[in-house]
Amino acid sequence: MYEYLDQDEDRQVHADGPPSAEATGRAVIRLLATRLLTTLVTLAGVAVIVFFVIRVVPGNPIAMMLPPGATDEDIARLSALYGLDKPMVTQFGIWVAGVLQGDFGTSITTRQPVLDLVLGRLPATLELAIMALVLAVILGGTAALIGTRFRGGRREGAIDVANGMALSVPDFLWGLVLILLFGVLWPIFHISGRVTPSLDLPFTTDFYLFESLLRLRFDLWADIVAHMFMPALALAIPLAAIIGQLLKQSLKETMNLDYVTLARTKGYGETRVILREALRNAALPTLTLVGVQFTFLIGGTVIIERLFSYEGLGNMAIDAVINRDLPLIQGIVLLFALIFTGVNLIVDLLYAVLNPRLRHA
Amino acid sequence: MNLNRRSLLKLSAATMAAGTIGLPTFAQAIDELVIAYNVNLPSWDPTVGPSAVNPTIQGIYQSVFDQYILQQPDLSPAPGLLTEWGWNEDRTQVWMTVREGVTWHDGSPFTAEDVAWSLARVANPETGSPIQFVWGTLANHRVEGNRVIADVAQFDPTIFKWMYFLTGYVLPKAYYEKVGPEGFEAAPIGTGPYMVEKFERNAFVRLKANANYWGGKPDFDTVTIKFVTDAAARVAEVESGNAHVTLEVPYEEYDRLTQNGPLAGLAQPISDIGMIFLNDIEVMTDPNVRKAAAHAIDKQAIIDRLLSGYGVKIDTLQTPQYAAFDASITVPYDEAKAIELLAASGYGPDNPVKFKIQTTRGFKPKDYEMVQAIVGLWRKVGIEAEIEVYEIAKHFELRGADQLAPAAFYNWGNSVGDPTTSTGFAMFGPSPHSVWDGEDLIGMIGPLWGETDEAKRIEGWKAVDKYIAENALVIPLLQYVQPILAAPGVTVISHASGALLPHLMKRA
Repeated sequence: MYEYLDQDEDRQVHADGPPSAEATGRAVIRLLATRLLTTLVTLAGVAVIVFFVIRVVPGNPIAMMLPPGATDEDIARLSALYGLDKPMVTQFGIWVAGVLQGDFGTSITTRQPVLDLVLGRLPATLELAIMALVLAVILGGTAALIGTRFRGGRREGAIDVANGMALSVPDFLWGLVLILLFGVLWPIFHISGRVTPSLDLPFTTDFYLFESLLRLRFDLWADIVAHMFMPALALAIPLAAIIGQLLKQSLKETMNLDYVTLARTKGYGETRVILREALRNAALPTLTLVGVQFTFLIGGTVIIERLFSYEGLGNMAIDAVINRDLPLIQGIVLLFALIFTGVNLIVDLLYAVLNPRLRHA
Repeated sequence: MNLNRRSLLKLSAATMAAGTIGLPTFAQAIDELVIAYNVNLPSWDPTVGPSAVNPTIQGIYQSVFDQYILQQPDLSPAPGLLTEWGWNEDRTQVWMTVREGVTWHDGSPFTAEDVAWSLARVANPETGSPIQFVWGTLANHRVEGNRVIADVAQFDPTIFKWMYFLTGYVLPKAYYEKVGPEGFEAAPIGTGPYMVEKFERNAFVRLKANANYWGGKPDFDTVTIKFVTDAAARVAEVESGNAHVTLEVPYEEYDRLTQNGPLAGLAQPISDIGMIFLNDIEVMTDPNVRKAAAHAIDKQAIIDRLLSGYGVKIDTLQTPQYAAFDASITVPYDEAKAIELLAASGYGPDNPVKFKIQTTRGFKPKDYEMVQAIVGLWRKVGIEAEIEVYEIAKHFELRGADQLAPAAFYNWGNSVGDPTTSTGFAMFGPSPHSVWDGEDLIGMIGPLWGETDEAKRIEGWKAVDKYIAENALVIPLLQYVQPILAAPGVTVISHASGALLPHLMKRA
């Protein structure tokens, strides 16, 4: 990922002493420019692939729409109405020209502008993914800390077994287990939706969770959390296992380093050594992983949102594919690609800031 | 604030307690009826776009909008917004009498202008109605008092049946022209039993009872329809008391929850059928192969073992509720006869006839498993069929292009029960949706499209069905049964069209 980092240059910088703020700024700008360029190329590639692939695979929206009894003329009429009668390259040109002007077309099934639909659903998916990430970090981090603290003992063994189970069961199955446990047997969470329909929502944005906190509407916040908790936990469990394993491994390696041994000789307790001395250095590889996994987490929301009838982008994506809603599929895929590349860019920048080797490059 | 383990536990408990406020339970009286629905509602216009021809969401449309003619639970027509209708003597005009005293949800009066405008709108090719080919058979719509008259551009004996079928809804002329398509999508109004109060796409729609409904105010003042597309989640919704009614759940779950559980169940046959299209290509041009394939299927055993007995065996494309159903037409399960027929064409268990069968997987209950069972039964008599799984979208495209495999499983809905919209559309060769192109069948069906004598028309379709059954041009399998689960406080009336209608639900 960081092939642009020249090892000789890295050594040279160290030899010359600490870098100036100006040098650090230049490095970050260079990184930003490079990644923005690759992001644009990636998005263009995704746009081409998604546009042509969904038109090549069998099943077109007109065939889905027409009931038996329709004639060839009816097919031609509706194809023209939705602009599907033109050559594929022409259609692509029209779509790209629209996208460049902020017009992603109109959804065939909902008859609404694609951009409005996608942007309207994005906050729900982002909130779900962020909540899942927070849960994964809490669960995985706690498991790693306990496992490190009691390494070699039964508790570490139990955590390893739990991690193995969490990883071997896919997120949608965790979702079903959670529905059974907390939706049916002990019904403390809502099984479907994002918020109770009867509630009046004073929100001006679609970020319900964040806005309810900002407005200090804890009643709404609790209702939203009660809806989001199970899908977020289902998404979080496999990721928590990955975080737990990696962080525990890093912590165990760090615990053998000289400076940690020095801390022990100063008389610090094991828990303090782990939390105060080892954790900061051991967390860096985990941070990169969390960034990469966040993009997969957003991808994972597709199935989980469907299972929990959560009104996010993933749920909408499945409907779009079932109905062969070509403009909507294109819009959703392009937005997903934008999120993926954006998150990767943020992670790279964060890594550059936190990693001393890159910071000094 | 100092956070310790105790305060964290307290906070967690408080959050859970607050979050669970509002979860309904069976013990509570039902103030607001909650229905866990099996599909999303993509669009509110019931006359244009793909949603308009999606049979699974017609129940939601019929809660808000009225059709021209009311369809009763047994599929028969009844006076609705139109109180009377018919053709003139020489079938060159249709006339419709419009109900008086009806109001739209915004309080404005419903008039004959609304009916004439609605009919003219969907007849216009530019509006994008998928059923324009039907509505376009009427022209020159005009209002005379509380009557609407239209000229018959092409006689279609089923035109009034379409008035309680797909896209047959009356929309508000003045309101629609004022707010436009986008405004209507955002705030739809109709004359139906419920008014839209709140709609979150992919999440729920909240409905308020229409106190002025011409058919009487519904029993439940507020109805929330939650879109829960996953069957397991729907079961959990009703089992936990989060929803009071749901539908299309696995039959095993239906039995579990109704036989030993707290829920009431309703399992009635609906107008959907399962069938196998036969394409007249490759080995399917051999009548012995087709007939053997039909006789080798033990439909009742498949229904009993795979669908827990929830299904009705059929031998034509007509169900017992359809106008042209003829109980005397049968294609019995006969393994020996199937072996004999195949032997006549040189095939047998040691020299099987081979072809491909396509099927969806999970689109209808146990669709793939049923095809697996059929392939197993076929193997016993000397038919080796290779299964190809495809998406429903691919089925539509292949069927439209006449490129289906020699055999293809499909489900067919026909909620008006007319033979035209079952046997007619499925088997008439020139239609892009039929894959059987035999000239003999085209010759039999052709005259029936414009037959003005209703009794003669129905008898004609029965003869077509008999010919199809005798020659095994298609393999009808079963009529589906729709499982509905309801909480003890609700009584549900099943509609044979498959539409789940909140205004037909009563307090128990």
